[in-house]
Amino acid sequence: MFAPRSDLPLDRDPLGRFLPWLIAFMVYLAVLALAGVLVINGTAGRWERGLGGTVTVQIAPADSAEAAGVRLRAALDVLRATPEVAHAEPIPESRIAALLEPWLGEIDAALDLPLPRLIDVRLKPGGDLDAEDLAMRLAAAVPGAALDDHRVWLDRLLRLVHTVEVLAGVILALIGLVIAGTVVYATRSGLAVHLDAIEVLHLIGAQDSYVARQFADRALALSLRGGAIGLLPGVATLIGIDQLAARLQGGPLPDLALAPAHWVILAVLPIVVAVIAMLTARVTVMRNLASMF
Amino acid sequence: MGTAERKGVVVRFQGVGLRYAAGPEVLDNVSFELEDGAFHFLTGPSGAGKTTLLRLMYLAMKPTRGRITLFGDDTATVSRARLPALRRRIGVVFQDFRLLDHLSTFDNVALPLRIAGRHESEVRKHVVELLRWVGLENHLDARPQALSGGQQQLVAIARAVVGRPKLLLGDEPTGNVDDHIAIRLMHLFQEMNRLGTTVVVATHNRSLAGRIGHRRLRMEHGKLWMEHPKAPAPAKGGSGAPRPTEAPVVRL
Ligand SMILES: Nc1ncnc2c1ncn2[C@@H]1O[C@H](COP(=O)(O)OP(=O)(O)OP(=O)(O)O)[C@@H](O)[C@H]1O
Ligand SMILES: [Mg+2]
Repeated sequence: MFAPRSDLPLDRDPLGRFLPWLIAFMVYLAVLALAGVLVINGTAGRWERGLGGTVTVQIAPADSAEAAGVRLRAALDVLRATPEVAHAEPIPESRIAALLEPWLGEIDAALDLPLPRLIDVRLKPGGDLDAEDLAMRLAAAVPGAALDDHRVWLDRLLRLVHTVEVLAGVILALIGLVIAGTVVYATRSGLAVHLDAIEVLHLIGAQDSYVARQFADRALALSLRGGAIGLLPGVATLIGIDQLAARLQGGPLPDLALAPAHWVILAVLPIVVAVIAMLTARVTVMRNLASMF
Repeated sequence: MGTAERKGVVVRFQGVGLRYAAGPEVLDNVSFELEDGAFHFLTGPSGAGKTTLLRLMYLAMKPTRGRITLFGDDTATVSRARLPALRRRIGVVFQDFRLLDHLSTFDNVALPLRIAGRHESEVRKHVVELLRWVGLENHLDARPQALSGGQQQLVAIARAVVGRPKLLLGDEPTGNVDDHIAIRLMHLFQEMNRLGTTVVVATHNRSLAGRIGHRRLRMEHGKLWMEHPKAPAPAKGGSGAPRPTEAPVVRL
């Protein structure tokens, strides 16, 4: 890491030695929080895209197979007459049985257990389906027909995701505050320690911005160093989690991998932190000098 | 400012008084003018207020009362943002040097040029040349702690003159060097003066002040007046004697 030429012996401050480690720790936490948000956000987006274009129509079992067939056709007629529907297909009974098998055990066809019929409906992309209206028209045409547009479930999921995002946002904001607060404190004590040298710089004709740059450059260098120290274990942790998740592939867990763009965002994080530290130091010096001399 | 600025007045004090905190008045109703191109010694016993007077001139503090005008700017009303520009026209040799002790000789002397934003190659050229002239070319990388008192003083002087200031203020600038070097440094100050710099040198060394025949400012108990050398001063203009202004220079 580069060390800027400085007119003030800022590198001798104990806080100068302490700041990179604090920044390293904060960047580590921030990387994990941010990675969590990115993963969850991506997954939720995929789920929404995956489920958003489909609805399922469920028809209660009828007394006879004939009656069931009539209801099914009536429902299909309603669906196919709906302009937003791209495709409506009844799910074969055998698949329904297979879906229920884990709960009911192998169903003997001879038992003639009354099963509900399901229709898989794919919507036209971009179409704006009025689910309530469709549900009403279905119920009117077919007794015992119900529409499941997955909305309730999806809404709950999105609310959860949103909560997690807000939480992560609060964590990131707190991390930013801790960093800014520490830099303010370090800079103020630096100003106090070097008051004499700063006065000399002033008397020689230095502007506040000249003095501020010394502190800002220093804060930038220290933070970049700290950020790099924090980023490495952060990335290592993420790769570790990724490996563990890969072993569970095929299970109920959604895909947790970070996209390449996400890695770039994480790599930029320490730079953002360093810039925050630099600007904080600069503002602190400018404010304090204006009231000191 | 109201009154039309007389041409060529670099420093003007009008009824200036100063007290540190609640202490007694260290400067008592001091009034004088320094003409552009003047060269004065400032003498007086310890504690008379010489350093205090210089501190006011290099804008390290504000007077308790009275008015100070520098290069035509009233220091009481000049904005904070303009102070650096004023200070860059003033070179100061502090009585206690005030070198930055983590910086090398070279970097200490380079400060005024770097602060003024001069190009690094230009900085290098001027600083090395000047340090060679004062005999410190073998100590470019030394920290002040590694230099003798006299050498530190030379560094302080080099830093004060490197930016070719319009006003050069020396507070005992030759107190730590032998007479031979002191004379040499006085010649440097004279040379700067010849090139147009107004110079004020505070010193206890009456023989030095006597050897170089300039008119002296004398401070005693916070009052300032002019000491006439053996030869009478030219009646008008001449080598830029301080002129009493409306608040007359107080004589004991
Ligand atoms: N920072 C300060 N706080 C309080 N009193 C001060 C301060 N600086 C100087 N004084 C007082 O002001 C008076 C004048 O001090 P000053 O340093 O101007 O004298 P001087 O003429 O430069 O003396 P010397 O020849 O010893 O350098 C002294 O009585 C001194 O005690
Ligand atoms: Mg003094």
